[in-house]
Amino acid sequence: MAALKDIKRKINAVQKTRQITRAMNMVAASKFKAAQTRMQNFRPYAGSFMEMLGDLSSRVSVESHPLLAVRETKRIRAILMTSDRGLCGGFNNNLIKVAERFIIQKQNEGLEVELIPIGKKGRDHFKKKFKTRDARSDVFGKIDMALAVSIANDIIPPFIAEEYDELYLIYNEFVNVSVQKPQTLRIFPIPPFKQAEEKDISNEIEYIYEPSAKTILENLLPMYVHVQIYRAIAETSAGENGARMAAMDNATRNCEEMVSSLTLKYNKARQASITSELMDIVGGTEALAKS
Amino acid sequence: MSSEMTLEIITPEGIAFQGVVDEVTIPGTEGEFGVLKGHAPMLGSVGIGTLSIEKDRSRIFYAVNTGYAQVSPTRLTLLLETAERSDLIDQQRAEKALKRAEEKIDKLSRDDIEFAMAQAALKRALARINTAGKS
Repeated sequence: MAALKDIKRKINAVQKTRQITRAMNMVAASKFKAAQTRMQNFRPYAGSFMEMLGDLSSRVSVESHPLLAVRETKRIRAILMTSDRGLCGGFNNNLIKVAERFIIQKQNEGLEVELIPIGKKGRDHFKKKFKTRDARSDVFGKIDMALAVSIANDIIPPFIAEEYDELYLIYNEFVNVSVQKPQTLRIFPIPPFKQAEEKDISNEIEYIYEPSAKTILENLLPMYVHVQIYRAIAETSAGENGARMAAMDNATRNCEEMVSSLTLKYNKARQASITSELMDIVGGTEALAKS
Repeated sequence: MSSEMTLEIITPEGIAFQGVVDEVTIPGTEGEFGVLKGHAPMLGSVGIGTLSIEKDRSRIFYAVNTGYAQVSPTRLTLLLETAERSDLIDQQRAEKALKRAEEKIDKLSRDDIEFAMAQAALKRALARINTAGKS
């Protein structure tokens, strides 16, 4: 009856796995909710900021700001955002694949590429195969503006010092819980801003600027970088937890399927063993009756 | 003239304040300035310090950290990196941050890149302590 015992043991093991995956699903769900709230709370800030920037840039022109400088491109850098932990389906793999394709494409154009990995998975993947720098990990536990500013401080000074000519950001765009979309976005040089739509009368009023409009606009440009990075981190984090929720939900369902098919097998084996025992007994009595 | 002024304080963490107010005093980078209803349109940059809001003869204080103020006759929008209401400030944490920043400044030389950062941290901690004391 070893087979019976084996099946029983297997059922127990799968049931335990199911408990774990279900717990992980719930943890991911609560983290996802927090990440989603963060994203929603950020929207008014990003919206007002872009509005102000668009409005201001339509009034004042900055041709010479170093962050807008378009140079002949030779060296580029790319920030790759991935999660710190796995068990979230193809989430990190998709981002890494996009990064690899991006690198190959740019290298074929004869450009020198450097990667700035943010998040453990991307860092570990590229550590040995590729030139990386300013890597960060374990940042998704505490996401705030200070983090975005500190990442920006790694990338803004070298761009101004002309150590590289273009910067891209590879991150996960959050569409909804089940749809994650890896995105590539150019950060430097900052693309020209969309001019504000047809001005209404209130926009015709002259603004007072304190300090000068030019100074404000120049200070707003680094902030634009902060806003973009913060948004990318928030979306990547929401995507990671959404993907993990889906992956763990799937795993739980698979466990349930396995348990039911194993139970069926177990019952069949049990019946078979009872039948064979009965056959033995019946055979025994028949033999006795004949004698 | 317009009859009232709406104030909105927006931070990356969400909308910190929204409502009709009488007067707002803002710690601008070029010096403190007050905004009443009917103010001329203005765009000003905000530094680190204490923001004070007067409403129905009572005052609310916020410790704020850099951003921009967009003023129109009926509306004041503040885009700030952080804004903490005085009664929600963790004083002990602020004092610890102050001590840390002071130690850092002692160790660093004036032209270090981190010097400016430590100085900003010191300013932030001081602003929070001062604001917390006002409630």
